Amino acid sequence: MAPILDINKLYKNYGATEILKDINISIEPGDFLVLVGPSGCGKSTLLNCIAGLEEITDGTLAIGGKDMTHVSPKDRDIAMVFQSYALYPTMSVAKNITFGMKVRGVDQATQEAKLNDVASLLQIEPLLNRRPSQLSGGQRQRVAMGRALVRDPKLFLFDEPLSNLDAKLRVEMRTEIKKLHQTLDASIVYVTHDQIEAMTLATKIVVLKGGIVQQIGSPAEIYNNPANLFVADFMGSPAMNLIPAQVTKNGSGTQIVISRDAGETLVLNDARDLALPEDVILGLRPEDIAEAGFRAGDGVQEAACMVDMVEPAGADTYVVSELGGKQVTARLHAETSAQAGKMLNLAFDMSKVSYFAKETGERLN
Amino acid sequence: MTDLSMPQTQTRSQSATGKIALRWLLYVLLGLFALYYLMPLFVMLTTSLKSLEEIRTGSLISLPREVSFDAWKTAWSGACTGIQCEGLRPYFWNSVLIAVPAVFLSTLIGALNGYVVAQWRFKGANIIFSLMLFGCFIPFQVVLLPMARLLGMMGIAGTIPGLIFVHVIYGLGFTTLFFRNYYVTIPAELTKAARVDGAGFLRIFWSIFLPLSLPIIVVTVIWQFTQIWNDFLFGVSFSQAGTQPVTVALNNIVNSTTGVKEYNVDMAAAIIAGLPTLLVYVVAGKYFIRGLTAGSVKG
Repeated sequence: MAPILDINKLYKNYGATEILKDINISIEPGDFLVLVGPSGCGKSTLLNCIAGLEEITDGTLAIGGKDMTHVSPKDRDIAMVFQSYALYPTMSVAKNITFGMKVRGVDQATQEAKLNDVASLLQIEPLLNRRPSQLSGGQRQRVAMGRALVRDPKLFLFDEPLSNLDAKLRVEMRTEIKKLHQTLDASIVYVTHDQIEAMTLATKIVVLKGGIVQQIGSPAEIYNNPANLFVADFMGSPAMNLIPAQVTKNGSGTQIVISRDAGETLVLNDARDLALPEDVILGLRPEDIAEAGFRAGDGVQEAACMVDMVEPAGADTYVVSELGGKQVTARLHAETSAQAGKMLNLAFDMSKVSYFAKETGERLN
Repeated sequence: MTDLSMPQTQTRSQSATGKIALRWLLYVLLGLFALYYLMPLFVMLTTSLKSLEEIRTGSLISLPREVSFDAWKTAWSGACTGIQCEGLRPYFWNSVLIAVPAVFLSTLIGALNGYVVAQWRFKGANIIFSLMLFGCFIPFQVVLLPMARLLGMMGIAGTIPGLIFVHVIYGLGFTTLFFRNYYVTIPAELTKAARVDGAGFLRIFWSIFLPLSLPIIVVTVIWQFTQIWNDFLFGVSFSQAGTQPVTVALNNIVNSTTGVKEYNVDMAAAIIAGLPTLLVYVVAGKYFIRGLTAGSVKG
């Protein structure tokens, strides 16, 4: 089957400023693609390019196997949900949803039927005669989604649709979007700056920074094997621990030495066969550092560390310790006996370690 | 804290008295100003209702002993403007024929201009908008001669369509400014959403932007109507016998009387000439302030 969206060597400039550089993305029908990155990384511009609201400077873009590089938005067979919802303020909810069909000249009976389908799917039937100004944020969000769903397009585009909602509602709507994706088997491109949204929703994530794709992959790939320091730091909360380290022995049984401000240096062994330079950045997720005795496996090594801080977070307790001049967070179970200012035996799962080059930030293993 | 509370309450009550005094001073001052500004209107109204005899003998600010509408009748249909003695009536209709289409057209075009400049950013949009804004500050006198040439070349010199044309062109700077500043507050995502929905340039304007625009339309209509109705310079320069607007006719009535000066007729004529703008303010005035101050549209 042809990819539902195929972006090839896309460039976008505003005058002399390059906003997007050499973007190549391809997704299959039913994929949920999330474009994620810090603000100003070009993710919204890329979405606007896919929608046809922005002209592409160079490259090609195909939707559903058809070249859409210079096709106007209305002929791309897409629907879009905006951050501010962009509901037409003077129209009722029903008119908002049917406006697109009215413009395209769909007959009254079909409009009516589709409106009812979407309204019952999103449970907004009681709101149909209200104006957008009479709706709450969550209700507006639903109406905006209804306007997109009623079109039944090849591709849905979401531009940070949840960022205007409060935290609780955001989680609710996130679940609903995921459910919707599963029931409709829709193809979706979704822009967000929230890496948790990206992880929970996506089947495929594109991490962008400064208009350049940093990594494309499944949420698990992005999370477990980040391609560089930026991705490692951006994805995951609390962020991945990035610890400067020295490699003293290579080959089978790599030896890594981490300096400590207080106490002796920490020496860890990685059983994997690696060829690393002398200076590396060692990346280890907080959950891959546990309290000694609570983690078992081939790569697990224990070492005594000074606990600087204990942060109970309900389900987990975070423990902060200084390693290699960095604050390193470990994710321990809630009933840990760790106390600030005392030594604690921590278990490092070395089979999960990512290594990055100190100079370029690129992944080494 | 407790030992400080006594002097504090004292100052508070002192300042409360001061506040009331200030408030009264303000009302008195405002009342005086209002009286001062309303005085001319009062004199005009009373004078227009007096007979010539009474005007000659009585005081300027006294109420009329006998209310008579004769002067109003004369001003409307009998007063002489030069050699013709038809009153203001034909010229009043001229003004209506000029003002209504000119207000309508300049508002409509201004709305379209504002919509383009605010929502369809193109290269040079800001320069074009600045130039249109500059048009607001060109004094009337400067454009008289070139405009006369242009009207002549177009073959509409001295006609009502010619005057409509002049007023539309001259009003565009302001109407564009009004609508642009209003539309710039409407999120660009609204246009984007409509484009994805398949609506084109005019459809978006007609179905989404115009229905949002009532407050700013009212502002623009009031502004343009006042400007065009009260205009004298263009009216006197670009009209000929039979197409003069009411302001020019009023001037002719007041200035071309022979013999006794009919103050009551002059006053009645002036009030008639000013009534339509007054009416527009009374009817739409509350929208005027609202439209000028409010702008943002919350989705």
